[in-house]
This record gives sequence, C-alpha cells and structure tokens, in this order.
Amino acid sequence: MATTMTPPAADPVTLMPKKGARARPLFDPPIVKRALADSFLKLNPRTMMKNPVMFVVEVGAAITTLLAGKEMAGGAGVAGFTFQITLWLWFTVLFANFAEAMAEGRGKAQADTLRKTKTETTARRLLNGTKSETVAATQLRAGDLVLVEQGETIPGDGDVIEGIASVDESAITGESAPVIRESGGDRSAVTGGTKVLSDWIKVKITSNPGETFLDRMIALVEGAQRQKTPNEIALNIVIAGLTLVFLLAVVTLHPFAVYSVATSGSGTVPTVTVLISLLVCLIPTTIGGLLSAIGIAGMDRVMQHNVLAMSGKAVEAAGDVNTLLLDKTGTITLGNRQAVEFIPVGGMAEAELADAAQLSSLADETPEGRSIVVLAKQQYNIRGREVAEHEAHFIPFTAQTRMSGVDLDGRRIRKGATESVVEFVHEHGGTVPTELMDVTERISRSGGTPLVVADRDRVLGVVHLKDVVKGGMRERFAQLRAMGIRTVMITGDNPLTAAAIAGEAGTDDFLAQATPKDKMDLIKKEQAGGRLVAMTGDGTNDAPALAQADVGLAMNTGTMAAKEAGNMVDLDSNPTKLIEVVAIGKQLLMTRGALTTFSIANDIAKYFAILPAMFMATYPVMNKLNIMGLHSPQSAVLAAVIFNALIIIVLIPLALRGVKYKPMSAAALLRRNLLVYGVGGVLAPFPGIWIIDRLLGILHLA
Amino acid sequence: MTANGILQIALFFVVLVALTRPIGAYMAKVFAGERTWMHRLLRPLEAGVYKVCGIEEAGEQHWTGYAGALLLFSAVSMLLTYLLLRVQQWLPLNPQGLGNVGEHLSFNTAASFTTNTNWQSYTPETTMSYLSQMIGLATHNFWSGAAGICVAIAVVRGFARHSAKTLGSFWVDFTRCTVYILLPLAVVGALLLVSQGAIQNFQSYTNAATVEGATQTIPQGPLASQEAIKMIGTNGGGFTNANSAHPYENPTPFSNFLQMLYIFIIPAGLTYTFGKMVKDTRQGWAIFAAMSVLFFAGVFVTYHFEQAGNPNLAKLGIANAATAGQSGGNMEGKEVRYGIANSALFTVITTDASCGAVNNVHDSLTPLAGLVPLINIELGEVVFGGVGSGLYGMLLFAVLAVFIAGLMVGRTPEYLGKKIEQKEVKMMMLAVLVLAFTILGFAGAGANLGTVGSSLTNHGPHGFSEVLYAYSSATGNNGSAFAGINANTPYLDTTMGLAMLFGRFLMLIPLLAAAGSLAQKKLVPVSAGTFPTHGPLFVVLLVGVVVIVGALTFFPALSLGPVVEHFLMHAGRLWS
Repeated sequence: MATTMTPPAADPVTLMPKKGARARPLFDPPIVKRALADSFLKLNPRTMMKNPVMFVVEVGAAITTLLAGKEMAGGAGVAGFTFQITLWLWFTVLFANFAEAMAEGRGKAQADTLRKTKTETTARRLLNGTKSETVAATQLRAGDLVLVEQGETIPGDGDVIEGIASVDESAITGESAPVIRESGGDRSAVTGGTKVLSDWIKVKITSNPGETFLDRMIALVEGAQRQKTPNEIALNIVIAGLTLVFLLAVVTLHPFAVYSVATSGSGTVPTVTVLISLLVCLIPTTIGGLLSAIGIAGMDRVMQHNVLAMSGKAVEAAGDVNTLLLDKTGTITLGNRQAVEFIPVGGMAEAELADAAQLSSLADETPEGRSIVVLAKQQYNIRGREVAEHEAHFIPFTAQTRMSGVDLDGRRIRKGATESVVEFVHEHGGTVPTELMDVTERISRSGGTPLVVADRDRVLGVVHLKDVVKGGMRERFAQLRAMGIRTVMITGDNPLTAAAIAGEAGTDDFLAQATPKDKMDLIKKEQAGGRLVAMTGDGTNDAPALAQADVGLAMNTGTMAAKEAGNMVDLDSNPTKLIEVVAIGKQLLMTRGALTTFSIANDIAKYFAILPAMFMATYPVMNKLNIMGLHSPQSAVLAAVIFNALIIIVLIPLALRGVKYKPMSAAALLRRNLLVYGVGGVLAPFPGIWIIDRLLGILHLA
Repeated sequence: MTANGILQIALFFVVLVALTRPIGAYMAKVFAGERTWMHRLLRPLEAGVYKVCGIEEAGEQHWTGYAGALLLFSAVSMLLTYLLLRVQQWLPLNPQGLGNVGEHLSFNTAASFTTNTNWQSYTPETTMSYLSQMIGLATHNFWSGAAGICVAIAVVRGFARHSAKTLGSFWVDFTRCTVYILLPLAVVGALLLVSQGAIQNFQSYTNAATVEGATQTIPQGPLASQEAIKMIGTNGGGFTNANSAHPYENPTPFSNFLQMLYIFIIPAGLTYTFGKMVKDTRQGWAIFAAMSVLFFAGVFVTYHFEQAGNPNLAKLGIANAATAGQSGGNMEGKEVRYGIANSALFTVITTDASCGAVNNVHDSLTPLAGLVPLINIELGEVVFGGVGSGLYGMLLFAVLAVFIAGLMVGRTPEYLGKKIEQKEVKMMMLAVLVLAFTILGFAGAGANLGTVGSSLTNHGPHGFSEVLYAYSSATGNNGSAFAGINANTPYLDTTMGLAMLFGRFLMLIPLLAAAGSLAQKKLVPVSAGTFPTHGPLFVVLLVGVVVIVGALTFFPALSLGPVVEHFLMHAGRLWS
C-alpha cells in the first residue's frame, strides 16, 4: 500500500499580509508630538511651494489674515466671520502638513532606531596576511581586509573571504535568529553593524564610510532623498491644473458678480474672503494635502514588511507589474525534494523497502536523505537505529557512482539513479523486474525524482522524491491571475519536471533548465512586449537580471552584487514576499486614485453651499439652490470651509494605511472604488456640511 | 413633450446609428490609404493633387511636422480670405456691388472660417459677394473641417501606433479627407437639398412685391453648394443671416432632417473609425455610447423646457399645452414648419457638434433650454462634436477619466494599451486650461466693459448669458449665437477672433504633442488587471467626468445666467 505525504497545512490565503515585523501603531504618541511641531515648520512658503495646491491655500490664508486684522482693528471681535474663516484656512494648511509630517515621522522613528545600532566600532585591519592593526570603522575603505571574531561587531559591508560564523543580523532585519555567513557562494555577504556570535570570519570590505547599507537604509527610511515618483508628478500636474481652472472660475466670478449686482440693483459683490473660501473649497485640497503622505506611507508599509525599497519609483512599479518571475526553489517549493512514497517492485514488501531505504540513508545528511528517514518513521514507525553496534560501512554519494548506500551485516544496500542501481544489480547477477521502468517513468513524468533501492542482486523498489509545493501557492497565483499578473516559474529542472511542478503550483508558465542568460532573455522579451517584470534573486549571477527587471527584489542573505543590482532588498530573505510588494504597490496607486476622485466629487456639494450664499442678496431666488437648507450665508461658507479642512484630518488614517485592497479584477475593483469614493464623494459632504452648519448655529458662531 | 416629437427624435437617432458603421469603416479605409469603391472615380483627382503640390504620398511626419503643416496651411488660407474680403468690391461675381469688408470684420470672419467656427458678425446678404462666399468662405468649410478630422486621425494614430515616431502626413490625410470624404458627401448633400427647394444661381437679388404691396428684396446666390458642406463640415456659417431657418437654406421638414444628419454623420462615423484604427471597435462604441447619453440628456432637457413654455404667459391665460391644432409651449423664435421637437433637436445637435447653424433663435429659448446649448459648447463640444474636434475632445476626457479614476485599479493609468504619464497629462491639462481660460477670461473681461454692455439688447441674467454664450461659442469654435448681441464692434470682432484662434489652435497643439508622445510608447498587453474602457462602467465614468469637470468649471457662471433666470422666470420677475 502506497501512501503519500500530505503537504504542510496551507496558510490562510490572503495577498495582503498581516502586519509586518516593524509595524507601529498608527498614532504613536512620540510620532504625533513631533509631527505637530513639524506641521508649523512646514508653513515656510519655500517648503509649501513644492505643493501648489496647498500653497494656494496658504496664500489665501495670508490674505484673509490681513483682512481679519484690518477688521479687528476696526472693532470686530474674534467671532467675526473673516477671523473664523482665516482660522480654518490656516487649519487646512496645518492639517495637510500634519499628514505629511506623520508619514515622515514614522520613517524618522525607524531611522533613529537604526542609528542607535550604528555605534562607534573599531576594526582589526589585516596587513599583508598575518599582521593586523586596530582602526576606527570609519577609516575603512573598500578593499580593506578585516578579521571579525566572536562577540565583535562587523565594521562594514563586505564579503566573507575566509571562515564561517553565525551572525546576529537583528539590527538590520529585526529577526533575532542568527544566520550563517561563510566564504564563497551566495551566503558570503555581511552587513556592517551586525554581530558575529560564534567563530570568526575574514571580510573584504566593499563600501566606503557613509555609503554602507546601514547608511543607505537610514537615508531611505528617513525619506532624506525622497524624490517624487513619476505617477505622483503626473497626478500633481492634474491637481495643479485643476487648481488653475478653479482659480480662473473664482477670479472671473468677480466681474460676473459685478455685472449681476448692477443689473439686479440689489445685494453686494462677494467679499474677497468669501471668494477665497470658495476657491479653497473647490481646489483639490484633500488629495493635494495628502498626496505626499500617501507616497511616504507606501514606502513605510514596504518597510514594515521588512523590505527596503531603494526608491518610491520601485514601489510604484511593483503595482504595475505584469509578470512575476519566481524561482522554484524557496519560493514555490519548500526548497528541497522530499520522499513522499515508497513503491515496492517485483513483489517486495513495502515495509522491507522502507526499512532498507532508511538504513541506507542513516548517514545521509542531505535533506533528501533525512526526508527518507522521516517518511519511513512516519509510515512504518521504523526508528533510526544506532548503527554503530553493527559493522556498518557507509558509501557516500559521488557524481561518478551516482548512488549511495550502506554495507552492513553482509547486506549491500544501494539507492540512487536508476541506471546506476540497475548496473549495480546486474554486476551482482541479479535481474531487474520489468515494472521498475514503468514506475520510474511515471515518477519522472509527474515531476518527481525516482530513487531506486536495491540490496545486492535484488531490486527492492523505488523511493518517490518530490518537490513539495508550499501551501497556499495555488490560491495566491490564482489571485494574481485575477489581477492580471502572470507568474512564471524559473527552475534548473528539465522541462518535464518543470511542467509538472508548474502545473501543481498553478503558475501560468515556466522556464526550465534556466541559465542566468535565459532568465535575462525572458525579462527582455517580456519588456519588449510592454510588460513590467518583477523577480527575486540572491546570487551574483542573478545581478544582471535583477538590474534589468523593473522590480528586482534581492535577498538580504544574497551577495552584495545582487543587493546592489536590485531595487529592493528583502531583509527576511523570503522570496514569496515579492507578491506582497506587488500588493503594496497597487494599494499605493489605488489610494491616490481614491482620494483624487473623492476630492473632486466633493466639490459638487460645496457649490450648493457657497453659491447661493454668495448671491442670495443679489437674487433672492438663488435660495432654491440652497438644497441643504443652511441657515445663513455666512454659516454656509464657514461650514463648507470647515468641512473641507476636517475631511483632511478624517482621511489621514486612510492615507497612511492605504485603501482596503482585495485581489480582484480591475473591472471589479473599479466598480467598487467608484461606488465608494466617487458616489460616496459626491454624497458625503451634504450631511457633513449640514451638521457643521447646525453646530455653528447652536454655538452662535455664525 | 409629445409622442410625435419623441418619435421624431428617436427616428433621427436610429438612422444615425445605422449610418455610423458604414461611414466609419469607409473613413478608416480612406485614412489607411486602402482602396475604396470611390477610388475608381476620385483616385485621379487625389493623385493629381499630390503631383501638382509635390506631396509625397508615402511621407510621414513627426507630430511637430504635422502640427506645423496644419498651422502653415491655416495661416496662409486665413490670410488669403482676409485679403479677398478686403478687396471684394473690385472682383467679379458681385452682382449687388457690395463694398469691401472692414478690417476688424475681415479679421473676425477669416479667423472664424479658418477655425471651423463660422461665427458671423456680418449679415451675409448685405456684406458678402458671391465670390467671397464661394472662394473665401465655402472653401474653408471644406478645409477647416478636413483639418479637424486630420487632427483626430493623428491623435487616434497616437493610440493605434506603437514604438513609432510619426503620426502620418498632414498633407496626405488632408487631401484624402477632402477628396474622398467631404467632396462626395457635399455633392450628394447639395443635390438632395436642391431637390427640396434650396437655390443655386448667380442671379442678382430679386425684387418682389408683397401681398401687402410693399417691395421686398429677396437674396439669391450659389446657396445649396455651400449649404451641404456647412453642415457636413460642422461649420454652420449660413449663406443667409437667417441661417437654417431661411426657406432657401432649409426649405422642408425633410431638408431639416437631412441637415441634422449631415452635422452628426462624420462625428458619429469617426467613433467607429477610431475603434477600427485601434483594432477594437468596442472602444469606439463605448465613446459613441457616452456621447449618446449626453446627447439624449441635452435633447430631452431642451425639449421638455421648450414644450413647458413660459409660465408667465400661461398665467395670462395663453394656452400652453400641445393640442392637435397647435404646438403649445414656447414658439417664440421658431419656424412653424419645424415645430418644437425639431427645433429643440436642431439646437442640441448644432451645439453638441461645433456646427453652429441654427434653425431657431437660441436667444428665445426658455432659460434652462438655453442652458443646454451653452453647456454643450462649454463642455468642449464633445457630444459627437465638430468633425474631428469632437472625437479628439472626447478622447481628451477619456484620458482624464482614465487618469483620475484609473489609479483606483492599482496600476499606472493606461488607455488603449498606452500608459498615461507625465507628458500626456501635462498636454491634456494644457488643453483643458486653454478652453477654460479663453471662455472665462474673455467673458469676464467682456462682462465688465461698457463696450459690451452697449451691444446687449437684454439686461439681467439674460444679458449675461448673451456675453457668456458669445465667448463660449467663439472659443468652442461653434459659431452659433444667442443673438441679442451686436457683435460687429471693433472690440468684440477682435477679441472673439482671438478667442476662436486660441480655442482652436492652442488646444490642438498640445493634443498633437500628446499623440506624438503616445505613438512612441510600447503597447501594454491587455490583462485582467487592465482598466476596461469598453463597458458600461466606463461609459458612466466618462459621462461623469465630462459633466463634473465641465460643470465645476462653468457652474458659477451658469448659475448667474440661465439658472437664476429660470428661477426668476418662475418667480414672475421679467427683464426688459
């Protein structure tokens, strides 16, 4: 009886991951305190000019301040209309500044934590082999060799050229479990600021002071080098353009009003204060005030998932990705092949096969070997025996023999590639049951690897080694497909195996027997077709492809070359995270779109509040447009301005957290978001403004 | 509204829908340089033009070259018309011996016809010789229409082509458009109008004795040939001052039906051409559907308020309801042979498109019915719109809609596989700004100047509407007038001439620039993550963006004009 091993239980499937490792509460008190102070500092017109929409509000507020001052000099109290409008206009600017400062503050807090780890360290620089000198870490230059021993902090970024050590990288990754760093291969990179826990390593420094990974990381999370992303700039152009249109509509309203007052012979031309109020209400202050906060918060969300994005552009590009290239090993499969089934041939008992297979694997420290021991134990309760009491002689695997095994108590058990084991049996005068070939063929075709087990002249059967697909991957790929993202599995396996695994995992395509060049060609081909490509990589030979891809997520455990080439680094070194990065990118763009739509849709209600208020005296019939029934012209204008300011505060959490995002097709997303932010945006201000108007009446403020 | 009226409107739309596909497919072939059934007849003419003008048929132009060629052609043809008008007195085909046209008026008229506006600050019968009408004005009816269509085609190529540097050749597109599309339609159209009684002669004006015994001078002229292209090219400049209300221009209800169809036939067809060129006709039909929604909204608002009439008259005991014997409603300024439904329909069509021909007096419309043509023009005439300009205007809105709402699907906005990025957005916003700046800027200045005030025949909000309408019409290159305003003053002639030129060319250059940039881009393949731009949801979104962007820009101005006038009318307040 053959049984298969069940794959590990699937994680609850969701694209948007749970809170990342570095999550902070939204309104962290120290951050709020700092943001409050920053809101005022940001009033500097030179800073404000970078945000045309809010700059217009600031200029408006400055003008009304002068007018209010003049009024108060003339005897008007603080309850005066102009004074109140002025107050709220300043609040509007401050609220927007606060939103930006909040978003920045989270990054700054992160940077402060990182800076603490950047304490003064000294380094032991090696001079021509044996001698060494102690220097400050800041004096190290690229190319220097240093020795780091147990308990010491690694003084700078570099590659291990000799030795092996366990390293505590929690300063960078936030993950407390130590990792192994050794010379050669893809685990040779070390980061300055991390600590060697045991053993020693010789490190070749690869970066100059001030340019280390930690330095860059601090600069990135702090937003010091933040540049506006392409899409953010485009959106800024649109809202600046709309601001100009509204400026025009309001400025020309003055001559129109002059004409109207003259022709009707009653009423007065609206005051500058009222015109400024109308302007501020119409221009898209909601998105204008929150736009940069959304961008910074998006970067911050990536950081919370322990991914370091080198630029906002990369995060934005992640949302646009059309094709995901995923390495099979580690991303789609658990990493190593596992024994899942014992298939006896030639009438042998399955238990005997399992026993022999386990015996031959007892000294086999490869994951495959261990999985055989485990499977035999699980299925036949055969325990790993203490083989020392027997005269056991283990035969290790070599590339020439292509099999391994054990000689004990006169038995000669071998397991390995079909041809090799068959030859071994023939050498011992045995025959091979015809069904063996059928079994091995079937396993190969299903994407597995057959491991034939024999004892001298007897073929016992086959162990089915299989790449075990991670739980929940199929669902995730289906979600990606619904979002229009194609997944391509990259593997060094032969096409047959690759097809089987790709089929099981549910990827859309696969690239078998992939060389770095194949990978590069695939990326270029996709890009030539107008698609954006995201990939993960860790090895030095991945570097060119990581640089070519639109989103290149390098693993922190990878080589420096890979980390330099990618535009993101996953500090957890979890390649599956690429999918989460894509989701965050999409969420970032969606949040911008949602708030833009909301902001523009809001204007309709504001017209209905302010226009009748402006012209009620000139044309009393205009009251018919006062559909909210606001109680006085002054209170109507004030209520609209207050609503306009408060909505910024109300939406700060949304801007920082991002709009709720479920993977679905673009059509379904659009329908949902249009309903919430478009239709909702048209309707919401009506009750909002009405309530504020009532409160103003109750408080006798207008 | 009467059932009969609604039926006539429905019939018009059904015929329009039926013609959209064949005309659109034909135009797509023409601009692709493919052979059509008209080639046998017209290919020699086309080839002849290339030969005489030295045009390379396979030539291609970068967007700057395309725009440059268009501007050069427009400037030269405008100058020639200006000169012709200034010296018409000494030229032939002037049986009435009409004098030279003044400099401001000549500038205004030349600008007007070059920009497809066809605003007429003059009274044709007493100002223009037959030669001026035919050589100076009718030719522009072809050329300005063709130029607009060329721009639309170039913009569509921006979407249809990928990784391309050029947008086609202006000279070739222009020749093909004139030879294969406008010319045949104008010939057939003119003959059909003649069959209904439109005149075509070179006689001097007829003096007739009326029944009352007075003498009446009845103008004559080569009218039918100019009339058909006036509609087909969405020009609208009438041979007579009464425009399409004149019995010689628009003699029968059938000719009226034809004229309305002529206005919409190319703009509607172009939506299909667009779909064909981007290789997805659903995209074209989506644009068509969005236009149709706005069209019906306009028609039924206008029709409703016109049929409802003026409540103040009803209060005086004047029958307002439609009966078998009379139309009821507001018949002021309308021709009895068209009635309310067909007048309302004509009004909406001529302002949906940038035509500007009129078969009734827009100044006499009830306030909210008058709001419709005004807002139609201010939205940029994108409801089918002017030939070419309607499509490129609507595509501008589509891009804007995709940009604003498209972000909500979590991708960089794309339309028809082209990413909408900084450069396109910049150019599109520039075009929106030009429209708003020109209309509001000039109207704002105009409302405050005494010189405009003395041109007004009405006071109160209606007078304001007249000023607003004049500048909207000029900037939107519509050319219809609210009337009630004497526009032939040096100030108005000059500022309106400038408004027309700004509204046409300053809008068209950024659009061509955007198209040039789009053509260079790669095509993003369609996937489930692509914002779908062919379904009902997109149609609703597009309509919403057109209305909201338009309304937000112009609502304050409109509220001081037609809106308040409507409320005042119902409150019983009237203005002299």
